[in-house]
Amino acid sequence: MLRTMSTHPFPAASASGAAPAVDVADVTVHYGDVLALNNASLSLESGRICGLIGMNGSGKSTLFKTIMGIVRPDRGRVRVHGGSPAEARRRGVVGYVPQSEGVDWDFPVSVRDVVMMGRYGGMGLTRRPKAADHEAVYAALERVELTKFADRQIGQLSGGQKKRAFVARGIAQGASVLLLDEPFAGVDKRSEATMSRLLRELADDGATILISTHDLHALPELADEAVLLLHRVLMHGDPSEVLQAENLALAFGLDVLGGKA
Amino acid sequence: MDLLELVAEPLSYEFMTRALATAVVAAIVCAVLSCWLVLIGWSLMGDAVSHAVLPGVVLAYILGAPFALGAVVFGFLAVALIGAVRGTSRVKEDAAIGIVFTTLFALGLVLISVTPSQTDLNHIIFGNLLGVSWEDLWQVLILGAVTFAILVLKRRDFTLYAFDPTHAHAIGLSPRLLGATLLGLLALTAVVALQAVGVVLVVAMLIIPGATAYLLTDRFSRMLVIAPSVSAACAIVGIYVSYYADTASGAMIVLVQGIAFTLVYLLAPRQGLLGKRLAAARRRRPVQV
Ligand SMILES: Nc1ncnc2c1ncn2[C@@H]1O[C@H](COP(=O)(O)OP(=O)(O)O)[C@@H](O)[C@H]1O
Ligand SMILES: [Mg+2]
Repeated sequence: MLRTMSTHPFPAASASGAAPAVDVADVTVHYGDVLALNNASLSLESGRICGLIGMNGSGKSTLFKTIMGIVRPDRGRVRVHGGSPAEARRRGVVGYVPQSEGVDWDFPVSVRDVVMMGRYGGMGLTRRPKAADHEAVYAALERVELTKFADRQIGQLSGGQKKRAFVARGIAQGASVLLLDEPFAGVDKRSEATMSRLLRELADDGATILISTHDLHALPELADEAVLLLHRVLMHGDPSEVLQAENLALAFGLDVLGGKA
Repeated sequence: MDLLELVAEPLSYEFMTRALATAVVAAIVCAVLSCWLVLIGWSLMGDAVSHAVLPGVVLAYILGAPFALGAVVFGFLAVALIGAVRGTSRVKEDAAIGIVFTTLFALGLVLISVTPSQTDLNHIIFGNLLGVSWEDLWQVLILGAVTFAILVLKRRDFTLYAFDPTHAHAIGLSPRLLGATLLGLLALTAVVALQAVGVVLVVAMLIIPGATAYLLTDRFSRMLVIAPSVSAACAIVGIYVSYYADTASGAMIVLVQGIAFTLVYLLAPRQGLLGKRLAAARRRRPVQV
């Protein structure tokens, strides 16, 4: 059972009037002269899985960083469960599964160490784990089926297991919003299916999941909704509708689905 | 002469016990810090900050202020200047680091050349282990203890910062503050170590032990034990060798550390060159029963 999630303070918002889990309104972000996000708007309800698609450089990672409050928008506003990103940080609401290229896989930490890092926000000054922290880490590892690999160095896992280790970190954190940056890059189909099942379970428990991916074929299976991003949100709706060739052409400028099959 | 005498003889001189104590404390503190520096990729930064503290130390000497204060001020000044040059021009980071630290180091040398009582200050550049006074030793002990305590108490935060600053931010920690703390500790450590090996060689003590330990284990907690142990052992061996062979003591310590790294690089069970070859050979030729 996912204890941390079942007690989280944000019940799945079927109740009308509850603030969206994630609300990005008219956000513009520049890096120097480079425009990364241009008036992007996006609203996600609790318990939904949303696929984020867009070509390299379209601003997917930047959108994640904006939701986490790492990048300050030049214009616009971000709310997480009705609060500012700073409040969300204080409560550890947002969990993050980084892009593979962003991780030093030779870093001398074990899978268990990585998952334990999810607990640091609620720990004392020296982050010395208590029994409850060890239990939460174990439960999270069990949830993602990695207990056998707890003592492995993080780089000694397969592509899919690595991603699940970071999902476990978000679970141990008690995050109710999970952001996954291209978790299927370099991951085989079976691991991808395992991950999809896991994400569905988490969403059923009330978590909100935003996931950037290039695997357009698997998207209708995986996600409840899809967002097409090219610096701004071109489209947000049902995956099958968003994946229509003429819509993809807007974001990618070519016939992606046909080209990949 | 038997082994016991060989070990005991230098200790009969007070200046040698002071030298040993200073070198061991510096070796331990530097080695602990080096574990994070090599993992974050801050070796060049370590080089820069340890050189850039020189004008701060000289100015502190002239003004009669604590060395540590001058070192920390100039350590941060160097980091700020590097960030400014990199962020506001097309010059890349390694060039920015090179420009800033050599300029500040040169400023320090110029300040030394115009300051009366040059002899004292020249020791800062190459170290003067055998001339360490009780007062110097106390300063090393206090600074070393403070730095060591902060590093050990906040070790989990620093490791998280080194591994995944984005996650650190997401759970409400401040990567910026953690990074700045590490840089401040780097400046303090430079003051500790320059008593032992001098400004020029401090960077060796700040990189080699962490890199050596990294080749020996997959666990950060073990790196934090291996690095200072190896480093302290090298410091002791280096001082004894320099005593009997009559060589420069600071340089000898660094030389021994370099030799230790080389041995580990060649012979380490898994990461060593030999270990990797053996493992490859074993894979090619399945073990017969
Ligand atoms: N730290 C940065 N500094 C400068 N430019 C950046 C930085 N991060 C991203 N960019 C630029 O912003 C744009 C969006 O990047 P990103 O959000 O990483 O896109 P994606 O994740 O969709 O590939 C790209 O043009 C990229 O080059
Ligand atoms: Mg990206």
